[in-house]
Amino acid sequence: MAFKHLRTALAVAGLALTASGASAQFAPEQPECIAPANPGGGWDFTCRQVGKTMQDIGLISKTMQVVNLAGGGGGVAYAEVVNKRNDSSDLIVAASTATATRLAQGAYPGNTMDQVRWLASIGADYGVIAVAADSDIETLPELLDMIKNDPRSVSVAGGSAVGGWDHLKVLIAANAYGVEDVRTVKYIAFDGGGEAVTQLLAGSVQAFTGDLSEAKGFVDSGDIKVIAVLAPERLEGEFAAFPTAKEQGVDAIGANWRGFYAPAGMTDEAYDAWVSMIGELYASPEWKEIMAANGLAPLNLQGAEFETFVSDSVTQIQDISREIGIIK
Amino acid sequence: MDIMSSLGDGFLIALTWQNLGLAVLGCFLGTIMGALPGLGPSNGVAILIPLAFTLGLGATPSLILLTSVYYGAMYGGRISSILLGIPGDEPAMMTVLDGHPMAKAGRAGEALSLSGVASFVGAFLATWGLIFLAPQLVKFALLFGPAEYFALFALAFATLGGVSSTNQAKSAFAAMLGLGLAVVGVDTQTGVPRLTFGEVHLYDGLDFLVAIVGLFALSEVFIFLEHRHGEADADSKKIEVGRLTPSWAMLKYCTPTMLRTSVLGFVAGVLPGAGASLGSFISYSMEKKLVDKKGTFGTGDPRGVAAPEAGNNAAAGGALVPMLSLGVPGSGTTAVLLAVLLALNITPGPLLFQNNPDVVWGLIAALFIANIMLLLMNIPMVGLFTRVLMIPPRILMPIVAMVSFVGIYGISGSSFDLLVMIAFGVGGWVLRKLDVPLVPIILGTLLGNTMENNLRRAVTISNGDYMTLIDSPLSIGLWTVAIVGFILPIFVGKLVKGRMRARRDAEGSTSD
Repeated sequence: MAFKHLRTALAVAGLALTASGASAQFAPEQPECIAPANPGGGWDFTCRQVGKTMQDIGLISKTMQVVNLAGGGGGVAYAEVVNKRNDSSDLIVAASTATATRLAQGAYPGNTMDQVRWLASIGADYGVIAVAADSDIETLPELLDMIKNDPRSVSVAGGSAVGGWDHLKVLIAANAYGVEDVRTVKYIAFDGGGEAVTQLLAGSVQAFTGDLSEAKGFVDSGDIKVIAVLAPERLEGEFAAFPTAKEQGVDAIGANWRGFYAPAGMTDEAYDAWVSMIGELYASPEWKEIMAANGLAPLNLQGAEFETFVSDSVTQIQDISREIGIIK
Repeated sequence: MDIMSSLGDGFLIALTWQNLGLAVLGCFLGTIMGALPGLGPSNGVAILIPLAFTLGLGATPSLILLTSVYYGAMYGGRISSILLGIPGDEPAMMTVLDGHPMAKAGRAGEALSLSGVASFVGAFLATWGLIFLAPQLVKFALLFGPAEYFALFALAFATLGGVSSTNQAKSAFAAMLGLGLAVVGVDTQTGVPRLTFGEVHLYDGLDFLVAIVGLFALSEVFIFLEHRHGEADADSKKIEVGRLTPSWAMLKYCTPTMLRTSVLGFVAGVLPGAGASLGSFISYSMEKKLVDKKGTFGTGDPRGVAAPEAGNNAAAGGALVPMLSLGVPGSGTTAVLLAVLLALNITPGPLLFQNNPDVVWGLIAALFIANIMLLLMNIPMVGLFTRVLMIPPRILMPIVAMVSFVGIYGISGSSFDLLVMIAFGVGGWVLRKLDVPLVPIILGTLLGNTMENNLRRAVTISNGDYMTLIDSPLSIGLWTVAIVGFILPIFVGKLVKGRMRARRDAEGSTSD
């Protein structure tokens, strides 16, 4: 035991030395990241990838312990952090637009977004709407026209449940195009984006709504074509070929941001330290590579800026959800 | 022989001392994790991911370690199924049906080694299938839309009669109970929580592992408590281990079963919506319908051990096909492996075989190595495993209870799951008293959700037209097998005569 304490003390001292001059003297003793889902999903990926990279570039001295706390679409983890881990300074929790969506729709019973502190984002995954490579549909307006004329003729597949982010994205686009009653849009929920794309290839459905990272592999292989990216402007690099919805006259933007929140009772030093660590991670070339490899687009928000961003996105989702009748 | 030279390259990558060492380590840890109730392959792999990262392993060594754990856990699940009647994980559930009776009859050693061989055959054939058929199988998987998946699950339930050797009505009741339990949670097709009573822990539905450990392990402990000084102790004294290796005659006797179920399991594994549990389930019930003329399945028939083990290990190999070539995980474990690939900056998908041939072929070579290693490791260890039976229940049962609690809490970190597990334990105890088989409950819970979702997806896509369910030749074929398999044993063809005389001749041979 004594040895362990000594080691921790040494590690802390070492970190403090390397971070000399940095505002925060805090270094997590037992860095822990809760992924509010089973291993294998996006939140799990966020925790593991960030933990690994932070260790690789020396931001943390110990391996980030990843805890999978699945349940309630992140609600179990949220309640756990609020109720039981509220003063932990070593803990961060992976979050994304899905977290904001559920908070907005009141799907975490009794919890609201201000019960935790929002740390920072690590990138965004822009929404895409895609069709099979051999489909006659070439542009987003063509697809939306079909939906407008006969909503029953088009089935759109996505990886989230009804009311989830994949569903909302397509409704945002339909709404922006002037589809009167967006509730008539036929959305089919699958277990994850991969299964949804597979059903697009199988011909069971006519269109796919999901994240760019989910679609990337199938675009590369030429199996599907992206008819719209829901980004403010064309993305960089290999993704530049995809037209945005905006340039096709459909003013719809849908980004699935990825980031972290922390317990509300975390000390200010710890909060600042985590914010600056995630900031440094974001700025590192290693992270840029990971973003490029996984189709993550830039979204660099930290601390207070990120809090405002999440709060805006919760409000926006609340508005859409109310409009389409998911919440009252 | 392009494939053979690629495979040769793969072996060159995989056959280093470090990689072999990792494979041994992975196989060993995997076997243990599979055997412990509560810890299954997906948790086993997830637990070891940090180890792979901490050791700073590259892509291929990491995958070798983790797939060894995966295959090891698929092997290990059978050990507790056979010895204790408590499945170590979901796919090993069917092995309980004949494996545990064999152990009770003093043939534990034989059951263990036979299932080891069956696991080997299943995994071995599946790995060859992965090599030669991956591209074609992807096209096959694409034939399955929601309607076809629904038909496949209906087929699985139609052959449910094969699962229980006791009262058919009780078996049906158990399956219905399972289907009911599967309804709990947020309905993905509407976003509405069902039967959750505002409890956020129930939003994702009931965890199968919690249900399995509760129903099997805890209820066993309760039964023991009830008979504290009586039969339970006396029972164990009578248990003999018997011979440790199966006779050649028995292996020969089981060979056709292993070959058939390997193919069946592999196909089930390839379908992303089906997976290993369905693979072992269908393998067992189809095999029973096919060869069980004397009604020995469920009472300790060696073929009833070989069938699900070959089936679930073949399915584990099959599940790698959609993961590698579509980027779609066919099971919980492959979902974890997929995440590992992504974390290593390898994007699985249609282009993986072209872009990262070293990873793919290194992985395939690793599968062969892990498989052979597991066989070599498991056969001599049978003697060791069977010692478990020598442990008196008064010591064993507290250990089972402890491992169950620690295991479930370790995975979910939630005390709510422990309460659910205890509830399942009490429920299991009551059902055992009523002589209701427990396996169909788990099958219902495990498959019910996917089955329901696929039905509703199919019907939504067709705008409410139920005829879509029998719209393709594939779904008609599946339904035919399902109906024939269900009705034939009951009415011996009386009702189906007029309707499907033509088909029955073709299908009758596989479903009778």
